[in-house]
Amino acid sequence: MRRQIGRAGWGWTGFSAVVSFIYFFPVLWIVLTAFKAHTDALAIPPKWIFTPTLENFVSVFARAYIKGQTAVDTNFDVYFFNSIFIAGSSVLIALIIGTLAAYGFSRYPLKGNNTYLFIILTTRMLPPIVVIIPIFLMFRVSGLSGTYLGVILLYTAFNLPFTIWMMKSFFDELSPEVEDAARLDGSNGYRVFFRVCMPQVKAGLAATAVFGLILTWNEFLFALLLTGVETRTVPVAMAQTIGGDIGVRWGLLAAIETLFLIPVVVVVYVLQNHLLRGVTFGTIRR
Amino acid sequence: MSTIRLRKVTKRFGSLVAVNRADLDVEAGEVLCLLGPSGCGKTTTLRMIAGLEDATEGDILIAEQRVNHLRPSQRDIAMVFQFYALYPVLTVAENLAYPLHYERLAKEEIAKRVKRVAALLELESVLERTPGQLAEGEKQRAAVGRAIIRDPNCFLFDEPLSRLDIEQRQVMRGQIKELLSGLSKATVIVTHDQLEALTMADRIAVMRDGNIEQVASPHRIFTEPTNLFVAGFIGTPRMNLVEAALTETGEGHCRFELGGQRVRLPITRPGLSAGSRITFGVRPRACEFTSEPGDDTISGTVDLVEPMGAETLVHLLHGEQDLRVVVDRTIRLAVGEQAHLRFEPESVHLFDESGRRVEAAA
Repeated sequence: MRRQIGRAGWGWTGFSAVVSFIYFFPVLWIVLTAFKAHTDALAIPPKWIFTPTLENFVSVFARAYIKGQTAVDTNFDVYFFNSIFIAGSSVLIALIIGTLAAYGFSRYPLKGNNTYLFIILTTRMLPPIVVIIPIFLMFRVSGLSGTYLGVILLYTAFNLPFTIWMMKSFFDELSPEVEDAARLDGSNGYRVFFRVCMPQVKAGLAATAVFGLILTWNEFLFALLLTGVETRTVPVAMAQTIGGDIGVRWGLLAAIETLFLIPVVVVVYVLQNHLLRGVTFGTIRR
Repeated sequence: MSTIRLRKVTKRFGSLVAVNRADLDVEAGEVLCLLGPSGCGKTTTLRMIAGLEDATEGDILIAEQRVNHLRPSQRDIAMVFQFYALYPVLTVAENLAYPLHYERLAKEEIAKRVKRVAALLELESVLERTPGQLAEGEKQRAAVGRAIIRDPNCFLFDEPLSRLDIEQRQVMRGQIKELLSGLSKATVIVTHDQLEALTMADRIAVMRDGNIEQVASPHRIFTEPTNLFVAGFIGTPRMNLVEAALTETGEGHCRFELGGQRVRLPITRPGLSAGSRITFGVRPRACEFTSEPGDDTISGTVDLVEPMGAETLVHLLHGEQDLRVVVDRTIRLAVGEQAHLRFEPESVHLFDESGRRVEAAA
């Protein structure tokens, strides 16, 4: 089953390396820029060799403005917390509700099951810009605008259809015989779900969580309009950093982005084995 | 006492009747095979006994207790599934131990039982593997092991050997039979493979379209099939079933007309009168070729000769009818040759117009 490592040969390995490098280049460029001083960042032709500096990273959190003399707190620590808290909670809630719903749709189909699933999916078919005005008004009226609860609920609602569809396909793949066996072996419904089904869809949970996290983490439009000063997320704060007295501070932006990338990279790295299994699920079993 | 009883059990899925008023009794220590073609309701019957499907009507009794209202976990049943249904994320040892969870046994006791079952089924070397890493035969043995580790009321097997290759099938057939004979539990095995049923069962229940057609010992099912369906379903090669007319009933003999030829056989059927339309059945191994035609033979042309090793299957074209005859391999016949066939009178089966068997004695 397992191929010998290195079997593909140098030609293909080299080709893959080139393609990977092209994909990875923007990320590399951002990380490099984050360590450049302002003048180096603007230099043309681009500088490959420069004296690295942490100045940009310091300014992410505390910045001295030209007009003011002392460094001012930028609140970026709060924004990072907001991003992590909002993305984490909404994905977690969507996973809990979505997994239960998916199990229900998979095991106890309703009359017109597919219609329900289709309706759930249609909420994802609209471009966000179409619904933004009604949602904005609803948030204003209900007082959810600018609160954690509001934006978490919104992102949960956005993640739910995707979670239900993903998890349903994973549950559909499981052999119902295994659950029957567990029932005969003395398990009740809860034990069948938590002890027999859940361990089998771990990979699916991981994959769904990662996709949901990336989606929520990068979301800009709704965050721009529906978060307040206290609940602002990093993408919004980043956009507001672009304007400035001395033009765009590319080094600073790159530093924010580098920091912004870290959580995603960490999560994907930690879950990579599950992700691989999640993606290949159903193709190697039985 | 470990027994299973079905009383007029019916299962409907919407307008479809999957099982129709089934009556069955399986005594302690008895192995009953539910045999039938795909979609005949045999697996549904098994699932109703297990409690995985609710019976629409009728009573299901396990150990003489009505269990219709009980959940599968409360029925104290062990079942081996067609696709084994091993828990994919648990090791073989954990799979074996899983049913013991609710018995609240000490760890040492569980380990002891797992070890005993593993030894019995030659699973010791794979105890730490997960089902995905097992060969087909090992998965099968692990599934059987998980069933026998407890001391349940009865055992259910759903097509237990269908996923194994022919050689493993023969070995496992013997192993399961041996295992079950030592357990004295009521056991129901579902299969579509008649060889499996004939070798493993104490009694066979043949099902068709949700109805139980006949329940009898393998020997009786083979020698006294109750109707045309059972006659045609059991036995390979298939029984020859020829539409015929009974032209004369006399003292100790009957005359038939088969495809335009007359044949006189020394058999009696008090239930039949001359002139009735019947189906004449004879198994391919219950007839022989003769060199001379007589009043007890029919003639035909050899159409096809299929050597099967020890025996040869000869297709004889008799009018429109293809008659299958199994002969010893030493008998040589050429395609196109005229041949005369004599039937063993005691192995002739007669079925009336409704397809029911007509007995020799009224």
